[in-house]
Amino acid sequence: MRWINRRPGRLLAFGLAALPFALAVLGYVVASDLRRAANPADKLLPAPAQILETALSLATEADRRSGEVLLWVDTAASLIRLAEGAAISAGMGLVFGLLIGLIPGIRTTLAPFVSVISLIPPLAILPILFIVFGLGEVSKVALIAIGIAPVLIRDIAQRTAEIPEEMIVKAQTLGASTWAILVRVALPQVLPRLIGALRLSLGPAWLFLIAAEAIASTEGLGYRIFLVRRYFAMDVIIPYVIWITLLAFLMDLGLRQLHRRAFPWAGPAT
Amino acid sequence: MSFVTVTDIFQSYGKRPILERVNLEVAEGEFVSIVGASGCGKSTFLRLLLAQERPTRGAISIEGRPPAQEPDRDRGVVFQRYSVFPHMTVRGNLIAAEELGGARAGLLPRFFGARRREAARRADEALERIGLAHVADQYPASLSGGMQQRLAIAQALAGRPRVLLLDEPFGALDPGTRLAMHAFLQDLRAETRMTVFMVSHDLEEAFKLGDRVLVFDKPRWDPIEPEAWGATITYDFDARDGGIPFQNRPFAETPTSDPQEDAHDPHG
Repeated sequence: MRWINRRPGRLLAFGLAALPFALAVLGYVVASDLRRAANPADKLLPAPAQILETALSLATEADRRSGEVLLWVDTAASLIRLAEGAAISAGMGLVFGLLIGLIPGIRTTLAPFVSVISLIPPLAILPILFIVFGLGEVSKVALIAIGIAPVLIRDIAQRTAEIPEEMIVKAQTLGASTWAILVRVALPQVLPRLIGALRLSLGPAWLFLIAAEAIASTEGLGYRIFLVRRYFAMDVIIPYVIWITLLAFLMDLGLRQLHRRAFPWAGPAT
Repeated sequence: MSFVTVTDIFQSYGKRPILERVNLEVAEGEFVSIVGASGCGKSTFLRLLLAQERPTRGAISIEGRPPAQEPDRDRGVVFQRYSVFPHMTVRGNLIAAEELGGARAGLLPRFFGARRREAARRADEALERIGLAHVADQYPASLSGGMQQRLAIAQALAGRPRVLLLDEPFGALDPGTRLAMHAFLQDLRAETRMTVFMVSHDLEEAFKLGDRVLVFDKPRWDPIEPEAWGATITYDFDARDGGIPFQNRPFAETPTSDPQEDAHDPHG
């Protein structure tokens, strides 16, 4: 039988999916064991037990200096920044995307501008943001928004322009104004796409968030990772990375569920 | 009296002529089928009737009014595909037919309260009539092609247009469903006496449904440059009575009183 026609059964599929994860963990455990056999005080690849212990204390014990539980303080700070940046970007994506996609005059005016803006590497203008907005929250949220809003705007504009001409004409023959077509025909049809685009943008959004926190911040997941890097505290960095990955996964899952619940007519999310 | 008047239409895209010297007069209540080979300009003609495009020269007027600049409520339309809104339920599609043009005063083009209940009641009546009452709360994607087109026609008619334009409305349906749709359209037409233009690839369908069958073709053909000339109406058949004229019109038998003439004269 050809390889392209061999489909793993249910149990085998689960095992195959779990295999790379298991191998990665096994590889780490073996490497960690080998290093600690050579040098019991090795900091580079701490034992899984030690990582777990540090993770637990990060999540449950208050920091001696600030009196706060670091993991939750960092998580709250990062998620608020991320949510603000994503919300601003989604709003801009919807408003400008719909207008650019639907109204030729606005498309002519703004589409080339947005295309050029989206080519600017966001991290290159991070210093400008720090100078203009200071080192506080605004500059970090602005970096996320500047980083992902142009992509969202272009995606929504593209998607709006792809609405079949027949549908727009039909709405006109029913007497719909431009505003009515915008809010009753175009907006509901691009909302599912906004969720999809937002899911794809979350990766870059995390990137910009952690970059901004690493450079200037006093709390946040990215800040903590870059802070403890100075002490080779791998037992802190590794749980933080796993935690960030888990958060990103849960956000993606949540958005996918939202897509399915809110837009039953749009078919399954990809 | 002419209801839809097409006067000396020329349409070209760039330097390429598509239609030339199209003249047509259609009376109210007539069903006009439009046939022709691919690329003969019949869809262009429908877009001109729809006012989705404006002609290079000439004018189309309905009821003697000035030519429309963009699609409006005088023209109802059903396309082969994408004629219903996929994000609205079946009932929602019919309510939207009234809401989209009706709720101009408020910020949201939506009906609320009593007005919405009224529109929903009318929508349910229409769904009952077209046999879609049992799927009122489903989305169009879960409907068969024939059901979607029935909904599209009902939605277009809910806007109370003066003329109904059909662009190969049954082209994507299987033969059995198509026959059912013919019966549906004929019933609907007997009820409303709507003026209809239908573009079709199917000659049998065109003759079966139409009172007139217009054939679009190029009267002049340059073998070296086939795109040099545009198309026009080359035949205008009377398709009533199975396409056999005069069979129900007795003439010369009783020269003093012609029953057809009497029937047509409201003062007679």
